[in-house]
Amino acid sequence: MALIRDLAVQGMQMLVVLLLAPLLTGFVRKAKARLLRRQGPPLIQPYRDLIRLMRKEAVLAFNASWLFRAVPYLVFAATWVAAALVPTFATGLLFSWSADLIAIVALLGSARFFLALAGMDVGTSFGGIGSSREAMIASLAEPAMIMIIFVLALIAGSTQLSAIAEFMLSLQVGLRVSLGLALIALIMVAIAENARIPIDNPATHLELTMVHEAMVLEYSGRHLALIELAASLKLLLYISLIGCVFAPWGLAPVEGDWSSYAIGGLAYLAKLAIGGAALAFFETSIAKMRVFRVPAFLGAALMLGLLGTLLRFVSESF
Amino acid sequence: MALAAELWSVAAYFALVVVAIATVRSKSNSSIVYSGTFAIGMFALSVASFALADGGRTGASIVLPLGLPWVGAHFQMDALTSFFLIIVNLGGAIASLFALGYGVHEKAPHRVVPFYPAFLAAMNLVPLAADAFTFLVSWEFMSLASWALVLAHHREADNARAAYVYLVMASFGTLALLLAFGVLAGADGGYSFDAIRANANLTPTMAATVLLLVLVGAGSKAGLVPLHVWLPLAHPAAPSHVSALMSGVMTKVAVYAFIRIIFDLVDSPEWWWAVVVLCLAGATTVLGVLYALMEHDLKRLLAYHTVENIGIIFIGLGLALAFRANGIAWASALALTAALFHVLNHSLFKSLLFFGAGAVLTATGERDMEHLGGLIHRMPQTAFAFLVGCAAISALPPFNGFVSEWMTFQAILLSPQLPQWGLRLIVPAVGALLALSAALAAACFVKAFGVSFLGRPRSAEAEHAKEVDAFSRVTMFVFAGLCLAAGVLPGLAIDALAPVVQDLIGARMPQQTSIDWLSIVPIAESRSSYNGLLVFIFITLSASSAAYAIHLFASNKVRRAPPWDCGFPDARPATQYGAGSFAQPIRRVYGTLVFRAREHVSMPPPGDMRAARIDVELRDLIWDTLYAPIAGLVGFAADRLNVLQFLTIRRYLSLVFILLVTLLLVLAIWP
Repeated sequence: MALIRDLAVQGMQMLVVLLLAPLLTGFVRKAKARLLRRQGPPLIQPYRDLIRLMRKEAVLAFNASWLFRAVPYLVFAATWVAAALVPTFATGLLFSWSADLIAIVALLGSARFFLALAGMDVGTSFGGIGSSREAMIASLAEPAMIMIIFVLALIAGSTQLSAIAEFMLSLQVGLRVSLGLALIALIMVAIAENARIPIDNPATHLELTMVHEAMVLEYSGRHLALIELAASLKLLLYISLIGCVFAPWGLAPVEGDWSSYAIGGLAYLAKLAIGGAALAFFETSIAKMRVFRVPAFLGAALMLGLLGTLLRFVSESF
Repeated sequence: MALAAELWSVAAYFALVVVAIATVRSKSNSSIVYSGTFAIGMFALSVASFALADGGRTGASIVLPLGLPWVGAHFQMDALTSFFLIIVNLGGAIASLFALGYGVHEKAPHRVVPFYPAFLAAMNLVPLAADAFTFLVSWEFMSLASWALVLAHHREADNARAAYVYLVMASFGTLALLLAFGVLAGADGGYSFDAIRANANLTPTMAATVLLLVLVGAGSKAGLVPLHVWLPLAHPAAPSHVSALMSGVMTKVAVYAFIRIIFDLVDSPEWWWAVVVLCLAGATTVLGVLYALMEHDLKRLLAYHTVENIGIIFIGLGLALAFRANGIAWASALALTAALFHVLNHSLFKSLLFFGAGAVLTATGERDMEHLGGLIHRMPQTAFAFLVGCAAISALPPFNGFVSEWMTFQAILLSPQLPQWGLRLIVPAVGALLALSAALAAACFVKAFGVSFLGRPRSAEAEHAKEVDAFSRVTMFVFAGLCLAAGVLPGLAIDALAPVVQDLIGARMPQQTSIDWLSIVPIAESRSSYNGLLVFIFITLSASSAAYAIHLFASNKVRRAPPWDCGFPDARPATQYGAGSFAQPIRRVYGTLVFRAREHVSMPPPGDMRAARIDVELRDLIWDTLYAPIAGLVGFAADRLNVLQFLTIRRYLSLVFILLVTLLLVLAIWP
């Protein structure tokens, strides 16, 4: 019985992230538009876009290889698996022990690896510019993320996300300097990883400074739909991650009853809304950076993570 | 039994050398020799695997009446030896299989074929040796055999220099090891490993001297920065199957030497040893991958990447030393297992990648990535196998490279338990360097694969490339399969390594194969666990369910059209991103510091029709600051001493006389 319930929770989780991801993207767009005094597209516009893209034929360049056609599925699968392993409304996911936080980050790294390859497949200048800049951004964002994981793991004594969330829920955490540093660094990394302003502009399609959009420029139809969905999933993943580590309130416990799941679900929606609104506010209040300012931004995140780790190595009380 | 079988296979390798020389004029020379090395390699591999599965408790030792008359040649086989024999013979056997196809294209087979079995024999002898003399002779023989193979294409530009630098560095390394064994044996001169282990009067200073000498000796062979300079010159110069062996296997023999001497023979580490090892290892990982990123020769890129991976292995070894010095045996076992697992993993994917580079070289005659491109269409199978290797070396789950790096991270997370401040401050920094190198490695292999195999062909050779022969493809797929298997079922490999770690540390990681669902749990499930199999199944399931859903509900139509490229597609292949341009952002971020990278743009004035130029200037600071002065000093001294070459016989005799008198005086005054 317990196994069936655990399976149901895990299955629910996978469905929830998949179904909510476009809604979150739509919400962020709507919030940004309202902040700019525009009407903005309706909340469900991303779903419509996905369906429209799915129905269209896929246009491939003459020299696109099999890898180009396989990458959207790989990217989507890796991102979905990673997003399904981050506790959203309940801890104690059935398969949470199959991959810890380091593995989740590595899964996202795999998705990026293949997407960067796809950018180089057709042999266009925009694809290459996107891939090479993405590689540069990743070379700083990934170590920063690992340093953040170090901080969390050293505080919670585990790299398992469920265990970290449970530890953060307990009263023994308190306010810690290293946690604060990790939170700031994590937000910076999340902005960079999701190609948001000031690192990259998700709304652009014809700019010399675009990174993520330049990589996927040659995609169309169903392939583009999968990549867009994967991008939405990644945004959801990072907001869920920040929520479950730094605001774990409301998470249903391992042996929870149905009411705790309901509370967990509501709390999760609230967290997504707050995260999305904060992101929209941040994005409208800041200008995009030059590409070569990005290393300074991400280097700061890396240093914050390293500082947090060092503090934890120096003393247990930080 | 196992030991005798391994020694017989070494003898068989030597017999093949004779066969190779005898049949050097025959057409089937190379296929005879390579099938012979393949058979012997498979035999030795299975013997070593059974010995390791048996717990490595062969215990027996054999003394052959070779070498120095009063010492003899001691051989012994324990779990550590068995493990490294597996690495050597797996790499050797599969490389021989590859060479059956690849060797056909060899222009001067008589320069390669006779040395090849000798090289394999020497790499087998080093782990088997159980006294200093046999060890050093085998080690030097290994260096010389590989040096001959590096010189195989001696008329090509730069190869002679590569071989020269290699010879100098190899001799220097052997000298350091010789001195290390001298210190270990002490004044009484017990040169067998048993006598060295029993030698109790090793003072801490002497032990530290041994550590530094071994770091120089084994480190120069393995490619630790700053002793790595020969490696990116020599590894690519050899034929590709030999490059695979040198990078994938010979560097591991050097790791063996380090483990044997430091963990087994000395075995009284102090905590600051770990600081030295970790600092060198951290610098090695990041510098190795940065050098690789700047490279546009495919084989040199791979060789520099070996430097990075050696750094990762040494990070594991350094952590193992740190925990061992503080008596935390279980953590030390985790770190050492991670290092040994990475030894296995690196030998798998680096051999695979060098085979891939060899296949590209056969198909196009090019090693320069700026002349490649679009090979995925012409060589789809090679491209697939190479892609697996790239994913594995970039530490992407579910492949094997990720598992060993993950275990190293877990070991780093245990280090707040270390009492010393020096270690507590250095370990997180090393963790950051490891994370940085993992991310840079992914960037590097996006570049390597993307520029060589994707995009449009940059030369006529790349445009008309043909898929390589069946032997080459089969060997690449064997290694690709092993990379996936080791990543999906890491528990099996960890359990197989347990006797090695048990012997050296006196503790082992918990039994992994008995854990539910074949997860790996380094310490406790509440702390961390990883299940490569489930991750692999999840990814496959969700990718295929997405594909199925799209097949059912979405449009399946495909239209081929010209590339879009924001409306400005340019048909010239030169407009694609190449190796240099791909690395440009990373060069600007890291290279200005590490390589003093400078870019000179010469833009012609308006109206002038000349093309604009960008020149990139990179400097190898290690070469400039360390090697160039030494080379200058040696040259200066040689110039000064040159006069000694033109003396008369009288003067020579008087010099000999003065020397004799001086020596006698020294002997007389010596207390």
